[in-house]
Parts: sequence; structure tokens; C-alpha cells
Amino acid sequence: MFHVKHETDFDVVVIGGGHAGVDAAHVAARMGVRTALVTLKKSDLGVMSCNPAIGGLGKGHLVREIDALDGLMGRVADASGIQFRLLNRKKGPAVQGPRTQADRKLYCNAMQAEISATPNLSVIEGEVVDLTMTGQSVEGVMLADGTTISSGKVILTSGTFLRGKILIGDVSYPAGRMGDDPSIRLADRVRDFGLQIGRLKTGTPPRLDGRTINWDILEQQPADKDPVMFSFLSTGPQARQISCGITHTNTQTHDIIRENLEKSAMYGGHIESVGPRYCPSIEDKVVRFSDKASHQVFLEPEGLDVSTVYPNGISTSLPEDIQLAYVHSMAGLEKVSVIQPGYAIEYDFVDPRSLKSSLELCDINNLYLAGQINGTTGYEEAAAQGVVAGINAARAVRGLESYTFRRQDCYIGVMIDDLITQGVTEPYRMFTSRAEYRLSLRADNADQRLTSIGSDLGCVGADRASKFQAKLDKLDKAKVALGSLSFSSRELAGVGARVNVDGPRRTGLESLSLPDVTVKSLTVLSPNLASVSHETSLQVERDALYSNYLVRQEIEAKTLGKDENRLIPSGFEYDALQGLSSELKDKLRRVRPETIAQAARIQGMTPAALTLVLTHLRRQELKRSA
Amino acid sequence: MDTIFAQATPPGRSGVAIIRISGPDANDVLQAFSARSVAPRIASLRKLFWGDVLIDEGLVLFFPEGESFTGDPVIELQLHGSIAVTRVVLSALSTLPRFRQAEAGEFTRRALENNRLDLTQVEGLADLIDAETSEQHRLATASFQGIFSNQIESWRQKILRAAALIEATIDFADEDVPVDVIPEVRATLTDLVSEFNVAANGALVAERVRDGFEVAIVGAPNAGKSTLLNVLAGREAAITSDIAGTTRDVIEVRMDLQGLPVTLLDTAGLRETDDYVESIGITRAIERAVNADLRVFLGPVSGKLVVQDEDIQVAAKADIYESGKGLPVSSVTGQGIDKLLSQVTKVLSLRIPPDITASRARHVTALTASKDSIETALFTLEHHKDFAELAAEDMRSALRHMDSLVGRIGVEDLLGEIFSSFCIGK
Repeated sequence: MFHVKHETDFDVVVIGGGHAGVDAAHVAARMGVRTALVTLKKSDLGVMSCNPAIGGLGKGHLVREIDALDGLMGRVADASGIQFRLLNRKKGPAVQGPRTQADRKLYCNAMQAEISATPNLSVIEGEVVDLTMTGQSVEGVMLADGTTISSGKVILTSGTFLRGKILIGDVSYPAGRMGDDPSIRLADRVRDFGLQIGRLKTGTPPRLDGRTINWDILEQQPADKDPVMFSFLSTGPQARQISCGITHTNTQTHDIIRENLEKSAMYGGHIESVGPRYCPSIEDKVVRFSDKASHQVFLEPEGLDVSTVYPNGISTSLPEDIQLAYVHSMAGLEKVSVIQPGYAIEYDFVDPRSLKSSLELCDINNLYLAGQINGTTGYEEAAAQGVVAGINAARAVRGLESYTFRRQDCYIGVMIDDLITQGVTEPYRMFTSRAEYRLSLRADNADQRLTSIGSDLGCVGADRASKFQAKLDKLDKAKVALGSLSFSSRELAGVGARVNVDGPRRTGLESLSLPDVTVKSLTVLSPNLASVSHETSLQVERDALYSNYLVRQEIEAKTLGKDENRLIPSGFEYDALQGLSSELKDKLRRVRPETIAQAARIQGMTPAALTLVLTHLRRQELKRSA
Repeated sequence: MDTIFAQATPPGRSGVAIIRISGPDANDVLQAFSARSVAPRIASLRKLFWGDVLIDEGLVLFFPEGESFTGDPVIELQLHGSIAVTRVVLSALSTLPRFRQAEAGEFTRRALENNRLDLTQVEGLADLIDAETSEQHRLATASFQGIFSNQIESWRQKILRAAALIEATIDFADEDVPVDVIPEVRATLTDLVSEFNVAANGALVAERVRDGFEVAIVGAPNAGKSTLLNVLAGREAAITSDIAGTTRDVIEVRMDLQGLPVTLLDTAGLRETDDYVESIGITRAIERAVNADLRVFLGPVSGKLVVQDEDIQVAAKADIYESGKGLPVSSVTGQGIDKLLSQVTKVLSLRIPPDITASRARHVTALTASKDSIETALFTLEHHKDFAELAAEDMRSALRHMDSLVGRIGVEDLLGEIFSSFCIGK
């Protein structure tokens, strides 16, 4: 057999086995490069440190996209989901987001099974304490026991571990997460790179013992009757489905919190970093929305056979006794016992504007960052970045150019572009409103948008590729059939469409853009359509629903495309631009936009400044051509 | 980089013709014309030769790099305004290496590239150069001061607010849902629609201020329309005679009425006729009169033309006929002429709102598109309220139109648009 002598131990080493780490390592291995995943404990792979749920609005879209690229998160969530709900079910498909509660243990088990079954992927237990470097290039990692592992590329997914600090009331101690030490030396190394480093915080609520909750008096939120899965390959839930309880804070709860605000790590001045506005601590809610007498709290069981309950909506950094007091003030929780107090955690993050769209650092070679270290929050955001970093690290190993996921194509592209051009001022969470092409970037068509891209990139397996092709063939066939049909407005009105009966004739596809028309209702007019399956019908209807808007978006995307295609060379000298304010020069130097469109998205950018950059670019081109 | 040149003064005969040359090699011009070099910013008399032939003697000005209108080194040749001289000089310049005729707006473009002007100044400059009357001047300087930009920003904020409320109902469906936000959204959007209407109408008036109001003089044959026009114009612009149907085509006279640019239209007298040419003239007269901003009727009104609200009825030939309907005017004695002019001025100037902001076609296009999007969003909120994402989409579209106004997106297009409206040599 032909023997390949490798110059490095691995092609790609991933530091950290959280949600960014596992999907980064898995995709690199899928693409056939020798990958190692270094984690403190094998049993911690895919651990959910915060709330036991996957998906939601925007987040669910990300999970679908990860799945469309054959990543892990979607199918692992499907294997462990215990309360599937499609959010915004009443609204249009573009803003429907799949979500599920997950059984923590089932999730970890499924994740570990996936990882250990992956060829090209070695899991190494150990603590990475440092990166080995030559000049500005990373060449591997060093473990706590002094072992060094050489690697072509390194992906750092250290989550909240960089100089992590846990705070409960006025007690604080260094920790990566509850029960784990932080990474100090690694943090120093990253600080020494001279990158812009900031501090962010996130909080968790106290965990409750479900056996001590009075469920009988609480309102219940059941799972959906017809559950919607994450993975395009899944057919239904594997675990039993459960309900969540709902309780509310009341004026007594708020009084307790208000009286003890100075004891809160956050309000007592112990935390100076910024927390997310959209996931406020209960202290925040009481202070900022003082006119509201009550806030909703979801009681989410953390698993089928454990009693731990996660009260979603009351994350806190108050001292333990105060936590207990305010929890007891709520209906159904009068006698509840607290298994683990809530805490806030503060950690280092790297200003993501120092990253390229491949998630490699601009100034340090071979080092990619993914997940919370880039200022994001959420498992889904982390995993999606893991996929991007993994794909690009694997490509770089092969000597291929990096692949940029575009805003027009996917939420992943929206997120990466936001991060590297805007930076973050609070933990970055995905929302559907961040996507300007929201109507075309739907959770239901993530595979139509990304699976063939994934196949080209070499990260989609044969099984998925063939199933996708079969689905696409069915869709195309149905669309051709519908496109060749033609109905008068009178006919359409006859099957329930709200149209002017003297209106124009429409093809079958055009008819489906009317909100009241379905393939089923058209079957009355054209019985042949009965052969189109329910699943295919639904997808054709979703694609058709927004068609009028999509045409317009396409035109707008083209306008934007011009700016998107105007590249700014990486060594562009902003200092040479006369008349640009030093503040903007500063921003541009930090962000290093790759295109004029990216530059335009930088906050505080003015038309005049853009014009300056653009005209300077043109001059350089003219000079070169002269 | 090329050195560009163009005649900065209008073509044709004139006292002086100025040729402007801008670019790194501008100073080579003097050597090429066998003239001694000149000190910066000092007018120097030089003889220009092409080969051995003396072309002209004129003033030469040199502005060094960074101290000129464009920012590049600039030479200005002030020559005698002879068609022959300018033709020889321009063709001589085009033979110099790396020299070429400037494209439309290229001098201004270079000024922009060299940061001598910003975008708003460029638009303002265009208007300022075109300004003929004091009203036009007022409008141009207002856009200079950025009044319109401020208004756009305030509209953006309102759309943003409404859009944010709708987005909240989408992205936070699973969390503490706030109070019903739809009434506030609808109120905000409804206000915007009417504000955009006002602004777009203002822009139409602004266009008039730039291009001139049209005032048509209409009436039966031989009512004295052409005579009145000549008196108003202060010259024999139209042929007058006692023969009915003397005026066939529409005759235009441009005037400045207390700062308002006005084009007076003398039209063929309205009557039934078998004369083919006259009948074409009458059709045209009616067409132009209908489209004019104001009509002055001499004598009784023909059935084909409807009198509109502020139109002026004149009793012409007041020196001959004692009583007639309307303002008595005599082109012979001058009676009532001043009153007529001040009446026209008053009617037109009242149509100019004091706070015109939008003024260009691209402004109106963007405002109208934005308004259409907002109206669609309102419709969706009314009739398909579950499709909040569609309403949101239309609001985004409205925002994008606002953004395009100030140049936040479509930078390339915006530049193209602005520069295409420039004339050469400015």
C-alpha cells in the first residue's frame, strides 16, 4: 500500500467539544482530512450548559442549514427531542421556526455516538493550555501534560472558558462553566495576539426539582400534535413527548428582587460586561420593565427520567437565599427545592471583526475561531460557526480557497457577515429579522438552498445527496406540471380563491401565490394533480407563496450584487484616504471589509466615506491599467 | 491617470473662451504651445504657438495640485472667443500624450474623488449652475444645507420604528408578547403616506421652479393674444396683424417674474377652421394650454378648454371695449398689464411651499416607491394580518428606497445617476 508520510500529527485540531467544536470536527472529518477533537471529558461532548432546548426563530433556521450541509445538530436534536413545537405556525412559512426541548442525556448520548462513528476523527481527552507557534502562524496545540500535537489548522471553540468567572451574589470564582476550571493560559495566549478582546456575560436560572413542583395548578404547554423535525432525513420524534408548565412572576416576586438588587452580582457592580438585551436576567426585567406586574416563566423538564426542571425566564445572579425566596413566591413553586442556584458567567471574547469570512483570524495564520469566543450566544449559532470554520480549515489543508457563505443564500452567511463587519456589542443571537432575504431563506427550503453547495464542498454524504436529488426531482416534476396548467380567474374563484373573476388567467404555479389556493384545491380543476404527494404539494405551495416578492428581492439583490462584487484588496491603505474621519478609518482598519457592500454595512458608515473608498479603488485600478 | 480638457464656456462666438485642463500633465501644455511657464495663481499673458503658427494670445492661469477645483494640477487658458481659435486649441490638446477630452461631469467627478466636494455639494452645485432666477437659487442653497437629508433621516426613523414593532411580533412570538402593536404601526404608516404625498407634490413644484412654469395665453382668433405677449415680453416675439389666424405655431417667451422662471405661450386662436395648417396649430394650442400651469383667457372661453381654478380671465382691448368679463387690460395703453403680471406671479408663487425638500426626479421616484411599499404593507396588515412577514418585507423595501436616496446602498448606481446629469466642463 502506498504510504503517506505526514508532516503533522493532524490536519485539523479542534479545541473544545461544545456545540461549535463537535460540528467543526465532524465536518472537517467528513471532508476527509485527519481531524482531532480535544476535549476535557469525552462525556461532555455536546453538553447543553444552558437551557435544554434547540431551535426557535432564526435559530431553527440555522439548525436546518447545518443539517442541509449534513452537520450534526439537527439529527441529534431529533434523536433527543421531547417537546417539538413549530413557532409562528399561524404565520407564513418564512418565519416559522422549529424548536424542541431536548433530553440532556439523550442529546449527549446521540452526539457521542455520532462522533465516535465518524471516520477520520480522533477524540483526545485533555486540556489544551497553549498553542504552538512559529512567528504569526499556529502550528499545533500543547496539552496540560506537556504533550504537543502538531496540526495544519487549529479551530478554537473555547466557549465561555477564556478567563471565565462565575458570579452568584457577591461570591465569584474563576470557572469555565459550573464545575469546570477556566482556561487561563490559553486566554493569555489569545490576549497576547494583540486582538481586540472584550468581556461578555450570560446568565442561567436556578435549576428546580420537578418532584417538588405543584404541576396540577399550572397551565400546560403541550408539544405539537404533528411534530416538525429539524433534519431533512428524520421522519418523527424518537423520544416520548412531554408538556412544559407555565407560571408567572408576580408583584411579590418583583418586590423581593427589587429589595435585594444591590446583592445581585450584576446590579451590585460586580459585573461590568454586557449581557444580552433579548435574554435579560430577572433583575433586568424588573428594573427595565418596572410597569409590568408579571412575567411568564416556562418550566422545562431537562429530561424524561430526571427531575431537574429549567425555569426559562428567570436567569439571575442574586445570592442563593434570595433566589430561593423569589422562586417560592411563584404559583406552583411555593415548596420547590433548588438543585443548583442560578449564576452569571463572565468571559473573554475576541472582537469578530478580526476574522475573515472563513473564520480564520486576519493576523494569525492557521487559527480559526468559532462559537461564543466570537461574541455569539446560543448552541445553534455556535454549531453553525463550527461548520463554517471546519469547512474552511479542511479546504485550506487541501490548498483550496476559502468558501464564503453569502447573505443571499443562508442565515449562516448573514451571521458570519454580521459578525465580521458589525462586531458585537452584546452576545449575538440570530433572529429572522437579521436576514434581508428572509422570504427566500426559509427553514423549509434549507436543503434546496444548501445541500448541493454542500455536495460541491464535499461535506454531504451519499445518502443525503441521493435523497435530496429524489426530492428535487419530485418538486421539479410537480412544478412543471403546475406550470403547464392554466386557470381562469373564474375557475379559481370557484375553488375558493379571493380574486376578481374578470382577472387574468394564471398558470397553476401562479395560482398558488394566492393565499387561499392549494394544490389540493387545484386538483378539483385538474384531477391529474392528485398524483402529487402531500409533502411535495406543501413544498411547492411554500415556494410559490412568496413568488411575487421574490422577483423583487432578486432585482434588489442584483443591485446589491454590484457592490458585493466590488472587492477591496486586503492590503487597502485607509490611512492614505484624505478626508476620512479618523473614527471611520479606525473602523475600516479593524473590520477590513472584503467588499464595498460589507463596508456599507459597517455602523456609522456615511455615503461620502463610501464614495471615497470606492473612488480610491477606481483610481488604483486606473493606475494599474495605465 | 489621463489629463483631461474641455471648453468651460459655452461653445460659439464670445468675448472670451476658457479652456480648462486638469490632470498630472496639465503643466506640459505651456511647453507644447511654446509658451513660457507661469507662476501659480497669477494671471500671465502668453502667446500660444502650434508649430510655428501663432494661434492666439491670452491669459494663462496655473493652479497647482491640491489648490485647484479638481484637486489635480489645473491650467486655464482664457482665449479670444473665436470658434476657430478654440477648435485649433482643442484639437492640438488631443494630440498630446495621455491627454483626452473630458467626459460629461468629469471635472466634478475628479473633485469628488480628490475630496474637494462631497455628494450633496455635487447635487447642489448642479442646481446652482443651472439656477437662473432667485427662486431657483433659493432651492439650490436649501439642498446645500442638508435640509432634505435631515427629513429623510426622520422618515427612516419612523419606518424603522414601525418595522421594528412588526418584527417583534415575528421574532418574539414565543416570549412575553407585548401589547398589540398594530394600531401604532398603522398610525405611523398612515402618517408617512401623507407626508410622502406632500413631499412628492413639493418636488413637482420644485421641478417647475427649475424648469419654469408655463403660462398659456388662449382665446378666440384676433382676441389680441400675440399683441399681449409682445407687450409682456417687451419685444416683437410674435407676428401680429388684423388677420384672424395669424399665429399658427406655439410661440414661447421665457421671463423672470420676480424670481419665478415663467414661459409664456402664445397660441393659435381657437375656432373651427378648414385650413389644414391652422387646425394643427389649434390642436397644439389646446394641448399645450391644458398642460400649462396657468391659463390666461382673453375674451369668452371656447368649449374645448375648461377653465381651471386659478386661471385668469382678461377683458382684452380695454382701450376699445368698455365692458368685458375679467381684468381690463390694454396692450395699447398698457392699462392693467402690471396687474395681470402681479396676478400671475401671485398665483404661481403661492404654489411653492415654503419648505420644499425633494426636488429631483430620483427623489420623487424613491418617495413614490417608498409610499407604494408602505401602502401595500397597510393593505396586508388590514386583510392578511397573519402574514406579518409580508408587511415587514414591504416596510424593508420602503426603507431601502429611503436608503437609496441618501446613498446608503447601490453606491455604484447612485454615482452613475448623479454623474449622468452633468454637463461637460463644469
